[in-house]
Amino acid sequence: MKASKLTYLMVLTLALSFVATGCRKKPTPLTDLPARTGERIPDPNIDVGRVKPEGDPSVGQPIPDIGDINNFKHDRAALAAHAVHFDYDSVAIRSGERANVQAVADFMKSAAANVALLVEGHCDERGTEEYNRALGERRALSLREALISAGADGQRIVTRTFGKDKKIDLGPSEASHAKNRRGEFVVLTPK
Amino acid sequence: MPLAWSADTIVVVGESGWLHQPPTPVSISGFSGEADEVIRFDLTVQGFTNVPPDVAQYLLSGSNNGNLTGHATDKNNKSSLVNKSYTGATLRRQAHAFVDDFLTAIGRKGIGGTKIAFKADKGSSGEIYISDFDGGGAQAITSDGVIVAAPEWVTGRMALYYTSYKFGNADIFRHDLGTGKRTGVARHPGSNISPAPSSDGSKVAMILSKDGAVDLYVADADGSNVKRLTKTREDDSSPCWSPNGEWICFATKINERRSLCKVAASGGEVQRIPTSGISNPSEPDWSPDGKWIVFTSQMGGFDICVVPASGGTATVLVSGEDPSWGPNSRTVVYARRQGGRRVLSLLDVPTKQTKDVSRISGSNSQPSWAK
Repeated sequence: MKASKLTYLMVLTLALSFVATGCRKKPTPLTDLPARTGERIPDPNIDVGRVKPEGDPSVGQPIPDIGDINNFKHDRAALAAHAVHFDYDSVAIRSGERANVQAVADFMKSAAANVALLVEGHCDERGTEEYNRALGERRALSLREALISAGADGQRIVTRTFGKDKKIDLGPSEASHAKNRRGEFVVLTPK
Repeated sequence: MPLAWSADTIVVVGESGWLHQPPTPVSISGFSGEADEVIRFDLTVQGFTNVPPDVAQYLLSGSNNGNLTGHATDKNNKSSLVNKSYTGATLRRQAHAFVDDFLTAIGRKGIGGTKIAFKADKGSSGEIYISDFDGGGAQAITSDGVIVAAPEWVTGRMALYYTSYKFGNADIFRHDLGTGKRTGVARHPGSNISPAPSSDGSKVAMILSKDGAVDLYVADADGSNVKRLTKTREDDSSPCWSPNGEWICFATKINERRSLCKVAASGGEVQRIPTSGISNPSEPDWSPDGKWIVFTSQMGGFDICVVPASGGTATVLVSGEDPSWGPNSRTVVYARRQGGRRVLSLLDVPTKQTKDVSRISGSNSQPSWAK
């Protein structure tokens, strides 16, 4: 069974190598990544018949489906001053960061109904790539929960992680690492 | 006295013995240029070392004027193992085929015709590449100009799963390399990361955050019938499958300690896989023969480590991260730091011999070896 799979792969491999060497100009076939129809920011007052996600408040609060976030205008400057920083390998929100969380929650409470918030989680250089991608998402979720606790509407807050892909300080010191371990807030408005 | 004597000369053949083997001596002669390089490379990363003929166990000789002719003999019993002239394809491929024929003759499984996938980062974006296992013939299979991550082959198929940020969030796609057709597998709210197809290709394990936690899920190959396997506030990462499809191994945090764990693919209790002697394990990969789990530990720097699949004492092998087993359950491809970027290397686990994979520009990481 295993051997036949390997043989199959090797035959394909040889075929591919002839393509690569025989006609080098021929591009590898590639289709566009399939886009998805964007949905509107869910209105909690309207039941759209969406399948309810399996929420468990003790573990986390489900993220609303607002469609592809690239369908929104991104304003990264509006809340840049309120970026929240984390301890090493931690998702806990330090007491000194509470004011930033409250400021972001207050912004959302007074924002127009079609404004959503993207919370981004980032990590420092330490830790492997996928581990950091998971940790960054955990940080974003931690902030989302804190924003909901501070009075913001969770149905307008989504998350994403960049792991260690978007470090803002490439230095090797703890001071550099500390700047990279952060959550950022991006205001989303309809295009 | 006889007891002490026998204890000194016992050859350890158990699992821990497999991790500490001297390279097998071979003598390579008669080849030149690229063919010679390929033969030496392939033998090094499969546990052989080139020595003078008088101390070699196997003699590999031949020529490559035009096509390659190769002979392999067992020096101890003088038997001929390979005696063959190769035609077609490239000289490179003929050299790989000769080493594979030699390995088949001594009861092993060669890797000369196998492929790897990896990502190459350039600035703030990257693309997914595939190449021969030694880095030859590398070609980009994406051209989206966005962050990509975690390519994983489907066993026995020219198909990959990977993460792309094309639409803003981390989403999981399946890419058929024959047709170029790409389909969305996990496009849920939040992050959809670390896809891992089961070895029969029927299921995909992945890390999703749609329900408000960073947990492990399993779905059918196309992403349908999503089932949640863990429900914790910790960040689960990097799932991989046991070759029989029964277990999914992943990294998480238990009682504030980073650990490797496994859970039945059909659901059930999460069990810790002990990795004594190391800390901060992540990025596990289960060997195709089912015996071992190779992973990355972080203790200051990053180290490639291996532990019996049932858990036990972990062995540190070499500096590096994100290991992926070859189909021979012996050689591992991994990423290592070189200056400010990463390069891919191959490690022969029993002998700890390493060779760098030929590099393409940018930082190369997250290799996956086709099985």
